[in-house]
Amino acid sequence: MDEPGYFAVSRRGVLQSGAAGFAAGTVPGASVAFAAENKAGAIAVSRMPVRLEVNGEGHDLTLDTRTTLLDALREHLHMTGTKKGCDHGQCGACTVIVNGERINSCLSLAVMHEGDAITTIEGLGTPEAMHPMQAAFVKHDGYQCGYCTPGQICSAVAVLKEIAAGVPSHVTEDLGAPMQASNMEMRERMSGNICRCGAYSNIAEAMAQVAGESA
Amino acid sequence: MKPFTFERVSSPAQAAAAAAKSRGARFIAGGTNLLDLMKLEIEAPTHLIDVTQTGLGEISATGDGGLRIGALVTNTALAAHERVKRDYGVLSRAIVAGASGQLRNKATTGGNLLQRTRCPYFYDTNMACNKRVPESGCSARGGVSRQLGIVGVSEACIATYPGDMAVALRVLDAVVETVRPDGSARTIPIAEFHRLWGDTPHIETALEPGEMITAVVLPAPLGGTHLYHKVRDRRSYAFALVSVAAVLDAEGRGRVAVGGIAPRPWRVEAADAALPDAAAAARALTQGASPTDQNAFKIALVERTLAGVLAKARGEFA
Amino acid sequence: MKYVEPVGETPIDRQRVVGRPTPRIEGPLKVTGRAHYAYERHDVVEDPLYGFVVGSAIAQGRVTGFDLAEAKAQPGVVEILTTTEMEALPLGLGNSTTLFGGDVIHHYHQAIALVVARSFEEARAAASRVRVSYARTPGHHDLASIADTAPFAKDGDKGPDVSALGDFEAAYAKAPVRIDATYTTPDESHAMMEPHATTAHWQGDKLTLWTSNQMISWGKDSIANVLGLKPENVRLDCPYLGGGFGAKLFLRADAVLAALGSKRTQRPVKVMLSRPLVFNNTTHRPATIQRLRFGADKDGRMTAFSHVCTSGNLPGGDIENGVSQSRLLYAAPNRYTAHRLAELDLPEGASMRAPGEAAGMMALEGAMDELAEALGMDPVELRIVNDTQVDPENPERKFSNRKLVECLRRGAEAFGWDARNTTPGGRREGRWLIGHGMAVGFRNSIPRKSAARVRLSGNGQVTVETDMTDIGTGTYTILAQTAAEMLGLPLEAVSVTLGDSDHPAACGSGGQWGAANSTSSVYAACVKVRETVATRLGFDPAKADFSDGSVHQGSESRPLADALGAGEIVVDESIEYGDLAEKFQQSTFAGHFVELAVDAYTGETQVRRMLACCEAGRILNPVSARSQVIGAMTMGVGAALTEELAVDTRYGFFVNHDLAGYEVPVHADIPHQEVIFLEELDPVASPMKAKGVGELGLCGVGAAVANALYNATGVRVREYPLTLDKYLDKLPAIA
Repeated sequence: MDEPGYFAVSRRGVLQSGAAGFAAGTVPGASVAFAAENKAGAIAVSRMPVRLEVNGEGHDLTLDTRTTLLDALREHLHMTGTKKGCDHGQCGACTVIVNGERINSCLSLAVMHEGDAITTIEGLGTPEAMHPMQAAFVKHDGYQCGYCTPGQICSAVAVLKEIAAGVPSHVTEDLGAPMQASNMEMRERMSGNICRCGAYSNIAEAMAQVAGESA
Repeated sequence: MKPFTFERVSSPAQAAAAAAKSRGARFIAGGTNLLDLMKLEIEAPTHLIDVTQTGLGEISATGDGGLRIGALVTNTALAAHERVKRDYGVLSRAIVAGASGQLRNKATTGGNLLQRTRCPYFYDTNMACNKRVPESGCSARGGVSRQLGIVGVSEACIATYPGDMAVALRVLDAVVETVRPDGSARTIPIAEFHRLWGDTPHIETALEPGEMITAVVLPAPLGGTHLYHKVRDRRSYAFALVSVAAVLDAEGRGRVAVGGIAPRPWRVEAADAALPDAAAAARALTQGASPTDQNAFKIALVERTLAGVLAKARGEFA
Repeated sequence: MKYVEPVGETPIDRQRVVGRPTPRIEGPLKVTGRAHYAYERHDVVEDPLYGFVVGSAIAQGRVTGFDLAEAKAQPGVVEILTTTEMEALPLGLGNSTTLFGGDVIHHYHQAIALVVARSFEEARAAASRVRVSYARTPGHHDLASIADTAPFAKDGDKGPDVSALGDFEAAYAKAPVRIDATYTTPDESHAMMEPHATTAHWQGDKLTLWTSNQMISWGKDSIANVLGLKPENVRLDCPYLGGGFGAKLFLRADAVLAALGSKRTQRPVKVMLSRPLVFNNTTHRPATIQRLRFGADKDGRMTAFSHVCTSGNLPGGDIENGVSQSRLLYAAPNRYTAHRLAELDLPEGASMRAPGEAAGMMALEGAMDELAEALGMDPVELRIVNDTQVDPENPERKFSNRKLVECLRRGAEAFGWDARNTTPGGRREGRWLIGHGMAVGFRNSIPRKSAARVRLSGNGQVTVETDMTDIGTGTYTILAQTAAEMLGLPLEAVSVTLGDSDHPAACGSGGQWGAANSTSSVYAACVKVRETVATRLGFDPAKADFSDGSVHQGSESRPLADALGAGEIVVDESIEYGDLAEKFQQSTFAGHFVELAVDAYTGETQVRRMLACCEAGRILNPVSARSQVIGAMTMGVGAALTEELAVDTRYGFFVNHDLAGYEVPVHADIPHQEVIFLEELDPVASPMKAKGVGELGLCGVGAAVANALYNATGVRVREYPLTLDKYLDKLPAIA
């Protein structure tokens, strides 16, 4: 007997728009011509202009609103140093620095970054003139396959600033005292960047070197 | 992810108005949970209203010595705020026990309250899920349920509320402030904000359609020792099996709330009253529990986690 | 070069470049985001289309129909390929079920359609509008429920995979001390950071795949076979890949579908498996159930040894070779080992880092700890007492070099093993129970044919070209070190091109065989280059010394460049092996030591420090070799404590199919690691006198953690991973 491709409900049929109570619930009634559907159920793609300032350079793009900052960098600007590891905020490979703070670029829409100062791994340094953190990663072998590495480095640079700014972490014992760039503080704060090759100990050494130099 | 149109609003009133006229709209701020779910089409808004420019990013003192936290204050900014670190340590500690630094830099106070469950069957659109598609059934029952709820769950849904921040807000008796599509404001006590699943697990909070969180208000400081213990399988960047938020005096009396076991941060008056007796408090917290074979261990884990928190409050460990 | 007898002294023994701690030569590209992976080849492919893979919603049965109307109507859609529009494609090497084609579903998230669109966003959106109907059939999804009736696995043509020596049952019955323990290990996922990804482009009959694959020549032959192409019409290119750990040994659906999509559209098409698809669509390390029975004299000498490992796989799939090390590791005159294999309708089981040993030693070395406990013996001494210098099943056959005892003694000393508390549950610091555990690490060193090309050009620059891959192992650097050492040039004079199937076929990256064999091929090519150079300069190739960019013999010295003139010297050479591997067992050894803290209240675990002392022949680059070992140790912590693909036994799939649900170790799990390499050479194993090391670091780690948990708590958990729910109720009562 045939059955549809699910066990009790349709995956690809009516896609319920979820909980009425979540965020803005589905608002009934209004007949605004948003996202018109044609007879076959196709919804028109919505595009918007956005100016992205990446590593100090402005880029004018017109993007499908669905485009993440990650895909805008990789597929539209061809800046592929920022990596896609999971596309769901579960690995940290896509970490970039926006207005001085590290974020997962996979969980951020490009059109929401108009006017932001975005720094990617390409902007931190070049092979000929590496950022101190990049050089420390090379020296301490803070990578293996290299795929999580740009995210690790962007995170590491931002982590040292977070510690200096007094942002607490899960392993901070005294919330009132100045934060220290200790081994476990750095390991905890870096935990949003997964390295399956397991270079963690070497990354910690690279960070300790840079933290020591800047202290 | 379905196509959507996008607009940016510059005030809560504009946001409310936009919500009122937009079919299938969602507000977006940090986006860390909403975009995750949109990629899987678990959420499929046709219109996004960007509320990040609505001026709700401030933390300010209230007249009675408490704090008003704008809905757009990020997790990082909230956890690092000097008053929060000093007077509401349980909140700082709960926030930094959750997610990762990157996510906390984007996730907002309002959005974090709306974080949806991590039940794996909710996340797999091939599976029946009453929360994702009402009345479709619950695949988690009889399935892989180690992470799922033991109290406050229902026949229809055994998922948990997965967040950490709200567990601390529950122990602090915070109040949620909102604006509705008609422009009117109201307040919702945190205890009433997250609903029990009952027969309608797709309705997760007390918010009405189009209603937007504008702030979370903390009452005047409680004093005492502020602790948050999150038990998970790995040391960081994982969801709680059980978490305990506590504000306690030196004898271990005070307030506790538990995360990871229920549709909402779980606080029971009788448990607070039973303190400092960890076993009695844990019994009160897990009374009427209906665990599965895979998550029955959470009953003992609540007691043991609570006992550890009490021991720490008593100064038994450095 | 045919390697038939152990080499004497070679230029490598100078160790001016080889053996020196050397930062990776491609490092600056990786840390600045300039290394391009398979989905990022904007440098060679313009304006590709995007393919998005649709996975099956059922685990077993048939696809009965597609309704593509809505999907095709979505904006940007160019083509949709469905599995029912073609017969099941032939299998590639190492595949146990088809990657695409036909209506039969063998496992959850099997690829059933590819949506090709102008953009990633459009492809993804249309993919969720592909409507499919299925007819589901029942299957076996629960290994435990069918393990008892699983037949013996077949050992090639040799019949059942059973090995017996002496009379195990009789010796076991008579032994004064006995252990009978059953351990289980779960299904595990490689979870490398780069999902499977391929960019494909046809030009006429010729197909190029920029792909993420550990074994380029296998991949080339496989895609040719699957698509019915002549191998010479296929090119694979993979200069970088974002980890593999075995997940990218074999051709997978990303490559097949990118190729098909590109063929259909006559445009370049790129496909990356979405992360939620990776866990069920691709391969995993199969779960095992392992029974170990040991009989020993009171002095600890084992008289009876048995290990039987049961795993499951799809029909045609392989065993998890969990008994492998048990046939070689410990002496015992009466032995019985076997593999059983059940038919299990879960996704494809296949190799994951240290296939066999990784899971096998989690059981074996846990049971050894139990034996030490039963004997009242130091676990280190128990291993030493049962050490063997010969293959226990074939005592005529010696190990090429076996320094296990030295690894254990030196590791124990460096770790401070003697200072540990020996009473389980007897050491507490604040809220933490502290325990120490150890285990042996063991993994074979496997000789494999490997080829390379060495170009020496007039300006004294050397280029190494091979289809060898660098999966994070450090291949670029060790190949450059080898050429520099052999030709007496600085490291900077050598450039290395990897991963291109147009270059000589190497051994590839797998089975920890990559380093020793690929460097041996460069060694072999350089031997020939040296012969040509020396001859042209009028020197005796056997006596000429290549140093500092010159060639020296006696008092004479001439610049290397003099031998070249305007042209270059190009040598293609391979390393092949005679019967040394039959004559000698070639293996690598380690002692693993772990200190673990367990929260006395909650049962949470925190590894405090780890130490491995390893013997793997010459360590070619101590920097990357150490990284291989600490990385493997990290993976071992995951296997011990958190990693498990959770099986829904009703529907037959891995439920936790993302990186939030499948918990690999994070930074905070790994506070401190130390690695010691014994300074050993193994000229039997390879002309480089090196063996592998990349998997050794994983083997035994899980058991060392488990043994530390026992030492900390007094609770023996035999069911991995050691999550707190398995021992919480056995922890000391809370006050």
